[in-house]
Amino acid sequence: MIMQELITIENLSFSYPDGQKALTDVSLGIYKGESVAIVGPNGAGKSTLVLHFNGILRSNGHVKLLGKPVDDNNLRWVRSRVGLVFQNPDDQLFSPTVFDDVAFGPMNMGYSKAEVEQAVKMALGLVGMPGFEKRSPHHLSVGEKKRIAMATVLSMSPEVLVIDEPTSNLDPRGKWDIIEVLKGLSVTRVIVSHDLEMVRELCPRMVIIDRGRVAADGNTADILADKKLLAAHGLAACSL
Amino acid sequence: MKHSFIDQYSNRDSLIHRLDPRSKLVATLAFIAAVALTPSAGWLVYCLYFIIIAALILLSRVPLLYISRRSLVIIPFVLLVAIFIPFFKEGEVAFGFNIWAWHLSLTHNGLQLLWSILAKSWLSILSLILLTSTTGFASLLKGLEQLRMPRVMVMLLSFMYRYIFLLTDEVMRMKQARDSRNFGGKRLRQMSIVGNMIGTLFIRSYERGERVYAAMVSRGFDGHSRTLDRLHFSRLDTCFITAIILVLVCINLFNLYY
Ligand SMILES: Nc1ncnc2c1ncn2[C@@H]1O[C@H](COP(=O)(O)OP(=O)(O)OP(=O)(O)O)[C@@H](O)[C@H]1O
Ligand SMILES: [Mg+2]
Repeated sequence: MIMQELITIENLSFSYPDGQKALTDVSLGIYKGESVAIVGPNGAGKSTLVLHFNGILRSNGHVKLLGKPVDDNNLRWVRSRVGLVFQNPDDQLFSPTVFDDVAFGPMNMGYSKAEVEQAVKMALGLVGMPGFEKRSPHHLSVGEKKRIAMATVLSMSPEVLVIDEPTSNLDPRGKWDIIEVLKGLSVTRVIVSHDLEMVRELCPRMVIIDRGRVAADGNTADILADKKLLAAHGLAACSL
Repeated sequence: MKHSFIDQYSNRDSLIHRLDPRSKLVATLAFIAAVALTPSAGWLVYCLYFIIIAALILLSRVPLLYISRRSLVIIPFVLLVAIFIPFFKEGEVAFGFNIWAWHLSLTHNGLQLLWSILAKSWLSILSLILLTSTTGFASLLKGLEQLRMPRVMVMLLSFMYRYIFLLTDEVMRMKQARDSRNFGGKRLRQMSIVGNMIGTLFIRSYERGERVYAAMVSRGFDGHSRTLDRLHFSRLDTCFITAIILVLVCINLFNLYY
């Protein structure tokens, strides 16, 4: 069976306006139903790459969603299909209550009131936090914030869930809570992380990014077994 | 870091808590308008106002100590502005005294005016504290929006509510970092360090703004804020509003004729 390619990236290069080169000639495909890890040292360009997935950063023609190039005219559609969770939950959660935040996406998609309420309930259920609707984000713990941040994009029922560092700043318990939540989801997942333990648990496929280039792309077990490769990209300190 | 709530006690339950934020907003505004427009003569009228607000506070079951402590915060500000009124107001002199070459005199009219300004501002602040400690900030924003306050203002307030604590955290962390590297030295150097800190804070806030905007855009934000109408105006609200307005009108009629 040929798997459907959801996100296609071809020869993508990107520099920030200040001249900082962040991505060089990256090619990558994300297929329907898979769970991919994007791993790399700090400053490798992971977040920059992920921001291209839903058109926050754009380089025309190099990124395609379901075969259609991402451009100014289909951004709305792209963003309803690709759910992007940012690295810092304090950036992701900007509303006075959890409900408002989780409802923000569906409301922008033009859902009706009943549909919005339904979507919020579903999303909070998926991340294991039903009943948190009335709380305000700044009184939540980091782990809770991270889970609500996931709910804010799950409520739009995206085709692909892209999460930047879901377990950074979490204690082991919080981390395993997140892993359990991610395991329970059935959408296509792209997970950016340094956490090889989680990668092994969740992602059969793994992509190493270093200095803006794809350094490896393949089976997680194979790559994790290749200590020399890991060491070359600053990922070896892990004693798995 | 842990922060106190701006809207402490707003998640309790009482008759007042259950009212729709819109009716509370309207009632508060009506109350403040009535208090502010009352002529300064009738002290009995202030007592009546006080009875109303005290009754509502009792109904709300918010601790009295908390409300009275918070309400006193306003007094110094009012005094700062109004303390000179008794000296300047024309009229019958209550008493006078000499400081060196100056002769100061206080007038009855002036004292009465000072007193009524104090009473008015205290009553107004009491009603505002009652409003904010019985209504969550989020529902207050919803109420303002439904009452046709411009969307931009509502969003501004909502971002302020969400990020003010993060900003104070950032300032605290910067202060700690500075102090742990032994902040001292000449006055001028101190000033320039504080200047740098303010600059850094501005840049960080600006960058955060960009990231928050990216997060909004990622979820389909296109410049129009949309909200759900989840408020519920019940019979209780109708009764409450009518009662408050009636009482305020009665007090003013009473004031007019006696
Ligand atoms: N807004 C920006 N302006 C200029 N340069 C940037 C900006 N954001 C990132 N960079 C630079 O681009 C490069 C890639 O950064 P990116 O944030 O994508 O790395 P990352 O792999 O996500 O790192 P981390 O693990 O620390 O999150 C870095 O050299 C960084 O300094
Ligand atoms: Mg990053």
